[in-house]
Amino acid sequence: MDSILTVNKLTMDFGGLRALNSVDLQVGQDEIVALIGPNGAGKTTFFNCVTGIHRPTEGDISVSPPGGKIHRIDGVKIHKVTEMGMARTFQNIRLFPNMTVLENVMIGRHCRAEAGVLGAVLRDKRTKHEEEEIVSRSHEILVKIGLAGQVDDLAKNLPYGAQRRLEIARALATEPFLLLLDEPAAGMNPRETDELEELIVRIRDEEKISILMIEHDMRIVMSISDRIFVLDHGEKIAEGTAAKIRENPIVIKAYLGEDFNA
Amino acid sequence: MKDLKGSFYISLWFMLLTFPIMVIRVNTIEKVIEWRWRNMALVGIGSFLLSFVWRLLLNRKERSRKLSEEGSAKPLAIGRRLMEEPRIYRPVLTALALLAIALPFLFSSYQTNIMTTALIYVMLGLGLNIVVGLAGLLDLGYVAFYAVGAYSYALLNYHFGLGFWTALPVGALLGALFGILLGFPVLRLRGDYLAIVTLGFGEIIRLILENWNAFSFGPSGISNIPRPGFFGVNLSLHEATIYLYFLMIALCLFTIFVVNRLQNSRIGRAWIALREDEVACEAMGIDKTRTKLTAFALGATWAGMVGVIFAAKTTFINPASFTFMESAMILSIVVLGGMGSIVGVILGAFLLILTPEYLRAFSAYRMLLFGMTMVLMMIFRPQGIVTNIRRVNRFAVRGKDDEPTQA
Repeated sequence: MDSILTVNKLTMDFGGLRALNSVDLQVGQDEIVALIGPNGAGKTTFFNCVTGIHRPTEGDISVSPPGGKIHRIDGVKIHKVTEMGMARTFQNIRLFPNMTVLENVMIGRHCRAEAGVLGAVLRDKRTKHEEEEIVSRSHEILVKIGLAGQVDDLAKNLPYGAQRRLEIARALATEPFLLLLDEPAAGMNPRETDELEELIVRIRDEEKISILMIEHDMRIVMSISDRIFVLDHGEKIAEGTAAKIRENPIVIKAYLGEDFNA
Repeated sequence: MKDLKGSFYISLWFMLLTFPIMVIRVNTIEKVIEWRWRNMALVGIGSFLLSFVWRLLLNRKERSRKLSEEGSAKPLAIGRRLMEEPRIYRPVLTALALLAIALPFLFSSYQTNIMTTALIYVMLGLGLNIVVGLAGLLDLGYVAFYAVGAYSYALLNYHFGLGFWTALPVGALLGALFGILLGFPVLRLRGDYLAIVTLGFGEIIRLILENWNAFSFGPSGISNIPRPGFFGVNLSLHEATIYLYFLMIALCLFTIFVVNRLQNSRIGRAWIALREDEVACEAMGIDKTRTKLTAFALGATWAGMVGVIFAAKTTFINPASFTFMESAMILSIVVLGGMGSIVGVILGAFLLILTPEYLRAFSAYRMLLFGMTMVLMMIFRPQGIVTNIRRVNRFAVRGKDDEPTQA
């Protein structure tokens, strides 16, 4: 199995605080990988390092898009990382609240288009064509995600679950080969969680997009992840399949505490 | 009922407060005290009415907020419905166009001059609207670019005899250049910090112009700047005024055209996204640096261009025309009119520039009224006179069996 994301000995310090300590992680082609761990374990920091929001203190991160070359991405600017084919969602939803649902997705197409100021003003054939393409592709994605009925609603007026789905749609619009989901099921009711689970599997199967997700909902983690990485206090304490992680005494200890005798 | 009682107490309180100044007057000549009870009654009634209206408005606002929170289908605002109905807006636009064309021939050149000034502010407002309204970068030093444009024409003309039409693009380019110059150091700043730095930048430009005598002739300014030429024809003052007016109309239309296209383009969307959420914007693959710089540069381009026109219109410029008050005025136009809305900015510019001109009788109270209007606007309609209308995408979903009625 080729790994499309390889993280080697990633260390991240904030002042004197070591948020991540020499973490290794790989995501393979067409894999769903989950990153779990108690609160404050460094999961979101890990995401931020991978997507270029933080510059890691040590270690290296590289991606190799399917059929492409290997690129080092540690220290690369955020938008460049997205351009290379990694898109993310946020733990606390970060949509563009005063833009319509469609426009939100259209923003995702930004890095796959190139019309500049001159093109915008002159609106020549190429720009027009590009614009039409942006709209139709965005609409397509919304249909797939199941938000086609709310195309013209403002993002802030969507119900919570739909906002989470819109974030995924927006990320998909950037044509990623790896999708990073930061707690996609947070705050969802059981029915919405089931739908999300189905959506994630569908994205992987139909779009051939690998997925790395942070999630607290163990039901969804255990049922769809091919592999699970467990972080605690910035260290990777375990990795393996769902069945192995469930039985791992170190993981149980990290989650439930020292004195818990189950 | 509760409101009535509240207003009553407020009026009592006001009568008590203003008692010493409004009621008692010591007549020092005849050494008697006058009791002006009538004033007290007036204060009472006035404050009662004001406070009652205030409460009603607040209540209404509260109710409409609740209504929209409950998610009940909100009927479109009248203004918006008007603007979307071609049978209404077409004749209105035609009438406006006719009026605009006829205006300089119907009224004196004084009136034409005022209109030209208003149009100058329309352009400035639309330019600043790119930076503040669309990209969400609070720029308090916008007038600096205006000054750059004006001085580039004045100085280039003084030293090299450059004409208006050559200076116009040069002024615009220099404006853009300064926009980028300001843009670089403030890339990392946002909100209040950005506002302070831009404010400082505006002052720096003004102070340089004021003190660098060898370069800009200091506070005495530059005079005898030629008016725009008209194919070599010598125009009388009256004709020149009319010419400038039509020039401004043409440039305004050009501005509206460009801003409208930019707004609905890939670049415009990136600006709005940047305004909405910077981190998410970057994570979606938008180059923040480039997007911000384009916004600054384009905004400044308009200011530079208008600066050239301003210099040509007044034929005399000095640093006193480019104080912070100007920046604040332009910003008020954008905020009052409605951030991000072209129609709003135009309305705002006319309102803020024309009202003081035609209400000269109240000029002593101008700032007072201005401040009051602003406060009231911010409380009752913070989004501005005209809310930015999100373009609704009506799809004709291009399927085989879909009829065009889908649109």
